[in-house]
Amino acid sequence: MAEAYRVAIVGSGPAGLSAAARAAQLGISHVLLEKTDHLSDTIYKYQKGKHVMATPSQLVLRSDCDFDAGKREAILDVWNRQASEQKINVRYHSEVVKIGGVAGAFTIALKGGAEIQAEAIVLAIGTQGNPNTLRVPGVETNTVQYQLDDPGEYVDEHITVIGSGDAGIENAVGLAADPEQRNTVTILNRSADFSRAKDANVKLLFSMRDAGRLTVMTDTAPNLLEEGFITLDTRDGVAKIPCNRVIARMGSAAPRKFIEECGIEFTSPDREAFPKLSPVFESTNAGIFVIGALAGYPLIKHCMNQGYDVIEFINGNRTLKPADEPILEGKFKDLPGRRGVEYWLEFLRDNVAILEELSPLQMREFMLDSDVHAVRKGEVVFERNAPGSSLFGIASGGVRIEIDPRDPTRAVPVRAGSVFGEVGLISGRRRGATVRASEDSILVEIPRNAALKLMASVPAAKRALARISVERQLLQIFGSGLGPGDLAEVVNSSEIKSVKAGETIMNEGEEGYDIYVIRTGSMIVEKTIGGKPVFLSYLPAGSYIGEMALIEGGKRTATVRAGIKSEVIKISGEAFKALLAKRPNLLEKARADMATRQDLNAFIEAKKDSFSGVVDMYSSVAGFLVQNGIGEATDVLLIDENLCVGCDNCEKACADSHEGLSRLDREAGRTYAHLHVPTSCRHCEHPHCMADCPPNAIHRGPDGEVFIDETCIGCGNCQRNCPYGVIRMDKVPPKKPSLLSWIFFGRGPGPGEPSKKWSYAHAKGGAEQPKKAIKCDMCSGIEGGPACVRACPTGAAIRVAPEAFLSVSRLERIEG
Amino acid sequence: MATRQLSRSALAGGTNHEGFLRHRNFRWLKIAGGLCLVSIVAYLLIDQKPHPNGGSAYGYTLGTIGALLILWLTMLGLRKRAMTRGRWSLKAWTSAHVYLGLSLIIVATLHTGFHFGWNVHTLAYVLMMIVILSGMYGITVYAALPRFLSNNREETTQTQMLDTLRSLDRQLHDAAQPLDAGAAELVRRSLEDNPFGGGLWQRLSGNYPKCPTRIAQLELRRMARGMRSSVGADPLEKVDMLLERKESALTLIRQHLRYKALLEVWLYIHIPVTFALIAALAAHIISVFFYW
Ligand SMILES: Cc1cc2nc3c(=O)[nH]c(=O)nc-3n(C[C@H](O)[C@H](O)[C@H](O)COP(=O)(O)OP(=O)(O)OC[C@H]3O[C@@H](n4cnc5c(N)ncnc54)[C@H](O)[C@@H]3O)c2cc1C
Ligand code: HEM
Ligand code: SF4
Ligand code: SF4
Repeated sequence: MAEAYRVAIVGSGPAGLSAAARAAQLGISHVLLEKTDHLSDTIYKYQKGKHVMATPSQLVLRSDCDFDAGKREAILDVWNRQASEQKINVRYHSEVVKIGGVAGAFTIALKGGAEIQAEAIVLAIGTQGNPNTLRVPGVETNTVQYQLDDPGEYVDEHITVIGSGDAGIENAVGLAADPEQRNTVTILNRSADFSRAKDANVKLLFSMRDAGRLTVMTDTAPNLLEEGFITLDTRDGVAKIPCNRVIARMGSAAPRKFIEECGIEFTSPDREAFPKLSPVFESTNAGIFVIGALAGYPLIKHCMNQGYDVIEFINGNRTLKPADEPILEGKFKDLPGRRGVEYWLEFLRDNVAILEELSPLQMREFMLDSDVHAVRKGEVVFERNAPGSSLFGIASGGVRIEIDPRDPTRAVPVRAGSVFGEVGLISGRRRGATVRASEDSILVEIPRNAALKLMASVPAAKRALARISVERQLLQIFGSGLGPGDLAEVVNSSEIKSVKAGETIMNEGEEGYDIYVIRTGSMIVEKTIGGKPVFLSYLPAGSYIGEMALIEGGKRTATVRAGIKSEVIKISGEAFKALLAKRPNLLEKARADMATRQDLNAFIEAKKDSFSGVVDMYSSVAGFLVQNGIGEATDVLLIDENLCVGCDNCEKACADSHEGLSRLDREAGRTYAHLHVPTSCRHCEHPHCMADCPPNAIHRGPDGEVFIDETCIGCGNCQRNCPYGVIRMDKVPPKKPSLLSWIFFGRGPGPGEPSKKWSYAHAKGGAEQPKKAIKCDMCSGIEGGPACVRACPTGAAIRVAPEAFLSVSRLERIEG
Repeated sequence: MATRQLSRSALAGGTNHEGFLRHRNFRWLKIAGGLCLVSIVAYLLIDQKPHPNGGSAYGYTLGTIGALLILWLTMLGLRKRAMTRGRWSLKAWTSAHVYLGLSLIIVATLHTGFHFGWNVHTLAYVLMMIVILSGMYGITVYAALPRFLSNNREETTQTQMLDTLRSLDRQLHDAAQPLDAGAAELVRRSLEDNPFGGGLWQRLSGNYPKCPTRIAQLELRRMARGMRSSVGADPLEKVDMLLERKESALTLIRQHLRYKALLEVWLYIHIPVTFALIAALAAHIISVFFYW
């Protein structure tokens, strides 16, 4: 007979543990199933001594287990102690592989064959997922592991590391680092290059290879494991090498598939989607509840509160108020009329169309991330050219979008129920128009991340937004007296296409007169001159292209390709022609735009003989910059190595303007033709770093800068996600003595970032400083602008927006 | 075909990027040139009694301008390090520093009225000229060397260069274990050699005639020739290969350090002599007012 319980809780992270503690307190028969041999594997795997943060601070903790900011070890100790004191029934080594049955009589299959019966199930397995496993003969009988805790443990072994990502490289390098360990390390990569890993890691790997410390085998896959040997398929045939241990780091599979197999639906097929849940965390498979990171709440406090709540709900408690109530009260307190949280949540949900399909639970969570504003008639919501990537929904009242900066009376009204601000959200560029309230209104401001989450969880919202955004984007570009009515046909004929980096959307000499609007990403325009492609210009999101062939007739005069992964709106030439015929002033505008471009073509043609070498040079420099991420940058630091004397004053200035830590590494980074792209933030249109930040601490600021606020918990996700390696994790050093006392008395370490040794020696005792993510904030709020540029004595350091830098005007300068 | 962006940064203009010498189309060259011109014309026009000297009204004016300029020029050191807020640019400061500093040659020389002697006044003048000459060397290397520095390092950072050396040293250490005492001693000397060692002259010239790594390699090759025996796995051969790689790594970093030293060395004259100059200048002014 299988073990049987009232509730089975799967996963002993903060969410599951807190649920089990509540069940134990209430005397409910329960079991806490944990895959590993310890509690809370995600936190267990944090780096040793990591300072764990307890954000958001306004949220009160409601759990039978304690949790306060502090060291990883201390937190795990408390939980281990409390788990035994409270007599939580933990079953270790119990990986759940299958759930069958229905509410009241579930059967839980564990790896290894055991079964457990439960009336209700709480899934709290987090989002870490399972490592992808190696599938070759011999895996069962040989030493294969998917994790490496301490590379120092292994000596005198032949170790094969499989995987070409950062984890694999770091493991291989770690195992080979100390020759005293006498390990023979080989790393295998299925493909020819290490494109998934960070540049710095790859460089390190190659330097170790060149130093003869380890072997790198590309185009190689494992084939067979035997006692003491591994057989490999290489490009040149089969090879057999000694091998005592395999470390496979081949990424991990998200737990989604497993969840779906449990009969639980997700809100949409998007990667970002979460399981569909009721207000009491119940999934679409009645009797199975989902909480914690898996439910979309990645902070430990949220997880623990939900653990408590879910058991109360299962136990029949109907009156429990969520612990986030005070936060929501705060958000609504400035709205007119004294109404409660419930009232406002319903009000917003009923009145803003894209929120309609949210469940009450989702609506609560949504509001935790969002804000409401009551604005008066005539008040400006945001200005043209202001940065901002939030989306606004109008719950009551209305606004006017002033499409013509010269004439504020020309405006498109937007009424209650609809949204605005979506262009910034989608393209990551500055606001295209000023928006003003046309009557007293209540607006919800949805930050970028919350908006993305919303689109992922409510497919209808995504579709509605796509249509609105196409329409608005077209209005903005062709805004000469058009109304949404005029555009209906154009919008209907349009389609959104995604374009891979390097792919072309039109080719020189080709027939075709469709028009393309760049929705996200950026494009580069090239023309073939003397048999070579010449870089003509760079088009950021929000530009349109292709009208020349349409208006003038004839073939395409240039090739347009994506600089990075982009999205374009393709508009049928027919529909656009019809629109032009109806609206002569639009035709005029298009002609004027076209004239500039024709000038450019003529200019290039005229110059090509006089300085074809220069044209070449310019094209290759532009190509180099696009390769180095300038195509998705909004602002980037470049160093002209014809001028840079290597004084590092830029780095020192950066450190001295920001709590003593430099956010740029001048010497590192790529160089081409003396143009150097140092390791420093590019303030990407769509910052990769923002993707996975548990406290949502990364934002786009008032000057377009991407910055990290003080709620950072130091998890390092952003550092891993930034493809340019510009984020560092570090502690703020102690304050230095003043500059004058350094000059006159030699006190302190002098200008620039103090050495680690000095910081250590002068650290204040007491509370330990946590490591936090540090990156360039473009010196926002500092009068005079970026310190690196101001402090460069020779003018070598410049900051540029790519569209200004990548323009043909540079030709004359390069020549000069 | 057209886009909204193109009209923004049309054909001419573009980004504003000039080095410190060309800053704002040589604005400070023009200003400093103007200052010199006015001083020279005035020198020729004004009839100074009894003969041109620092004590005339004209001389006082030039002297005051010169002294203030020197103090202001010295402030560059502070400006460079005090990261205060505000719309200043060190490039503009350097540009003004260079051209106004050069104008001192005219301003101060005319101020002396060509009276030189073995006294504190002439000492101040000479010190100033030393500072200026060192500055002229400075802008010459600032203009010429950065591209060589850049070409030489080819995207490697100094830290990486040192890491490479360190890793080669570790391998050399391991590979030298089977060698006999004499050969091991040669390798040990190479291992003990510090890439930052050597005198100033070696640093600036890039010549390291007694480089232990090269000596070790030459000697080992000589030894090997005497007893060419085993093939392939010969430990001497491995050491030889490593020494060869170490030598090319050393060449890279020495060249790097050489360019950096050439770019910096003059500051070790420019700055200390500036302080000597200010002391001499103070003595000059005090003695003029109290003992003239
Ligand atoms: C490096 C890092 C630093 C972070 N720092 C902070 C911080 O400072 N503050 C903060 O609030 N948040 C932080 N977070 C986020 C936080 O750790 C997680 O969001 C939180 O742990 C999620 O809790 P959970 O209970 O939902 O799942 P998890 O903590 O992921 O726990 C899931 C548990 O389920 C087990 N499990 C998985 N699958 C099965 C299965 N099939 N059968 C049985 N058991 C299974 C796992 O072994 C694991 O023990 C950080 C995250 C990371 C990665
Ligand atoms: C009497 C005249 C001068 C005085 C008192 C003076 C003083 C100084 C001082 C104090 C510094 C600061 C150095 C530092 O702290 O790093 C400096 C830097 C410099 N000076 Fe002068 N200087 C004088 C003339 C000149 C002239 C004539 C030139 C050029 C022809 C010149 C070129 C420079 C340059 C290029 C720097 C370096 C800027 C940098 O790298 O930060 N100086 N000078
Ligand atoms: S930190 Fe990296 S990903 Fe984020 S904006 Fe800067 S360059 Fe882009
Ligand atoms: S800013 Fe980076 S390190 Fe900090 S919490 Fe966000 S993702 Fe983690």
